[in-house]
Amino acid sequence: MTHPSDTGPAPVLALKGISKSFGAVRALRDVSLELFPGEVHALAGENGAGKSTLIKTLAGVHRPDAGQVLLDGAPVVFHGPGDARDAGIAVIYQEPTLFPDLSMAENIFMGRQPRRALRRIDHRATRDATTALMKRLGVELDPDRPARGLSIADQQIVEIAKALSFDARVLIMDEPTAALTNSEVARLFGVVRALRDQGAVVLFVSHRLEEIFEICRRVTTLRDGAWIASEPLDGMTEDDLVRRMVGRDLAELYPKQDVTPGETALSVRRLSREGVFTDVSFEVRRGEIVGLAGLVGAGRTEVARAVFGIDRRDAGEVEVDGRRLTNGSPSTAMAAGLALVPEDRRAQGLVMDMSIERNIGLTGLGVTVRAGLMDRGAERRRSLDWAVKLRVKYARIADTVNTLSGGNQQKVVLAKWLATRPKVLIVDEPTRGIDVGTKAEVHRLLSQLAADGVAVLMISSDLPEVLGMADRVLVMHEGRLTAEIPRSDATEETVMAAATGRAA
Amino acid sequence: MPDSLTRAVRWDTVVGALLVVVLLLSFTTVDGFGNALNLSFLIGNTLPIALIALPMTLLVVSGEIDLSVASTAGLSGAVMGALWNQGMAIETIIPVCLLIGVVCGLVNGLLVTRLGLPSLAVTIGTLAAYRGIAQIVLGSDAVTDFPSAYLDFAAGRIGDTFVPYAFLPFLVLLAIAVVALHATPFGRSLFAIGAGEEAARFAGIRVKRQKLILFTVTGLMSALTGVFWALHYASARYDNATGLELSVVAAVLLGGIDFDGGKGTLGGAIAGVFLLGALQNVMSLRDVTAQSQIVVTGVLLVLSVLGPRVARQIAAARAGRRAAAPPPPDRKTPAPTS
Repeated sequence: MTHPSDTGPAPVLALKGISKSFGAVRALRDVSLELFPGEVHALAGENGAGKSTLIKTLAGVHRPDAGQVLLDGAPVVFHGPGDARDAGIAVIYQEPTLFPDLSMAENIFMGRQPRRALRRIDHRATRDATTALMKRLGVELDPDRPARGLSIADQQIVEIAKALSFDARVLIMDEPTAALTNSEVARLFGVVRALRDQGAVVLFVSHRLEEIFEICRRVTTLRDGAWIASEPLDGMTEDDLVRRMVGRDLAELYPKQDVTPGETALSVRRLSREGVFTDVSFEVRRGEIVGLAGLVGAGRTEVARAVFGIDRRDAGEVEVDGRRLTNGSPSTAMAAGLALVPEDRRAQGLVMDMSIERNIGLTGLGVTVRAGLMDRGAERRRSLDWAVKLRVKYARIADTVNTLSGGNQQKVVLAKWLATRPKVLIVDEPTRGIDVGTKAEVHRLLSQLAADGVAVLMISSDLPEVLGMADRVLVMHEGRLTAEIPRSDATEETVMAAATGRAA
Repeated sequence: MPDSLTRAVRWDTVVGALLVVVLLLSFTTVDGFGNALNLSFLIGNTLPIALIALPMTLLVVSGEIDLSVASTAGLSGAVMGALWNQGMAIETIIPVCLLIGVVCGLVNGLLVTRLGLPSLAVTIGTLAAYRGIAQIVLGSDAVTDFPSAYLDFAAGRIGDTFVPYAFLPFLVLLAIAVVALHATPFGRSLFAIGAGEEAARFAGIRVKRQKLILFTVTGLMSALTGVFWALHYASARYDNATGLELSVVAAVLLGGIDFDGGKGTLGGAIAGVFLLGALQNVMSLRDVTAQSQIVVTGVLLVLSVLGPRVARQIAAARAGRRAAAPPPPDRKTPAPTS
């Protein structure tokens, strides 16, 4: 059992010439990858590039059609996730799946707790083992704390601890930071560094390029299922990496056009919702993109919900184009020209089991009507029109939206709302979890809308996005608006200072 | 393919075909099935299920359910009997009964939409409550002496045909329900609510109002059914239509309306109703006891929930073999051997 050995340390895990097809779709074509001990390795690529398939192949979910997986130089075949786990490969997903009512220790040792006599669970041993794991990860978490109420970062740390308890040597992290705040990311990265220094291998997937540069040493890029490059990140720029992923120069990620703001389109005065946010006042003018920044939990999404009428406000007023909105009524908000692209695309933005046509059609139920009945022709024309305008990639307009990639789903949500021809558009995390190419498209679209006179309020946890796109940045901290920063003064430092409650 | 659509179509077709098969088999093998009189009985006896199945279909599509329908029908019948005993005119009594149905539906709807309670629990509660009120209202009396013109209309048929008089107004109501569910913005919004309530709310659909309307209409139709029942069987008793909710829910689910909401067609539901009605008719002709018929209905209910689900899993397994993106691995269970 020999393999062509490289100079230097041998890779712990290697893929050689892996191919995998699903029907006519070639998800992976001749992909190779080498992971060395003590390295954090980035896996980069747009949505649909084959990252997920590659991860699932490593995790034993998929069996490759061709090629080899080599563990310590020896070929292995995984018949299922259990095989991969026994081989020391663990996958940490974006959304941890812990039992909320069990303690951290119980979650980690679920189903294999240390026993005492009479098969009783040895709680002390479980706890001690958990404490030891936490120490190895360099974090302090109470082993008895229930998983419910842990931040997502801490839940991921529990998942990592669980992986370590299985003696995992290769950790695959699939977009672990997508739902994390900056401070949580820092906490998670601390753990990743501790692991790396102990010689573990981490394969790291993220859409946030700055994170790749922060934590990874080398990067492997995939495009359309094919291997593009494996190289050190040292000396590369974000632009270089984007070019590898997209295969062309990205026009610009933040194509903000200069505009002269017009009259006020959205006016929020002294808006309060008890225990959630207090006394929030701001205006957005026609042509403006106003960023709303802050930490997760600062109340940004909640303000958007109350403005749109999903939640009732306890005090304050909202005016769209001079029309006062009825409290708690999204339908009147829509009629006044307000649109909200919500944070949770899958639960709030789309009916996943419905077709593209009907999802876009949902905001036009009052429009595509003739004599009280649905005018299906008009509905289809309206949906097609907007799906084409936003360049949604789909096979048929009657396909359900759950067949689309995340980026295309987001475009359907945007299409659905732009079809109402809003005067004011609120977008909540408009590019979360979508690939760089689509992200640039969304930014271009927002910029174009603003240039056409739409007032845009953009909630985003992606600071470069806020800084790159917004004319003004509003910052919330613990339910209050703490700063308003003009584009010229907005930097990561000024925004973060206001977001964390330090004096701006 | 939009697999929700093909699935619904496929299941509709299955139920429709099954109905045809059962009818053909019954015509050829069951004595006394095929004559016009028996067929008119079949339709007449199925009408109570069919009448309530109309709003029930809309309700289940929107992700809710009403189990108090039979009790509302019973209450409506009991009030009808009690008021008739007191000498009120039938022309006044019927609107009063319908109004009571509206109130029963409103109570269900308000409990579900304002307090956010699950409709399954709420309407099991009101199932007991409305039946209790019916017994208080009428006691153990049976009122039978309604005006013969009304009795004849509810029990009679057009000439020597198999068509009961009451079938004609039902067809009108069916047409209204089909249009409402499948051709209006209201119906479209019900599918959206059933398949993704939060997304529907974020699209400006007035979820609570739509549901309140549905519960109210369901109450109204249940009361109408109660009136029809008392006249059709010429007997108003507090326990009229007991257990009818089982038949209605079984028929609607049998017709391919997804219990989780968001899927199904009224055509399927009505095919399910008459399939059940035909089976019950055949069983009666074959002297199967009423108790055994309930067992059959119950088994059908379970099968009709199970059937589409199994079909879906088979479809998903097939799709999984063909296309990408199988479901994420469950890391908590041991590896499946493939």
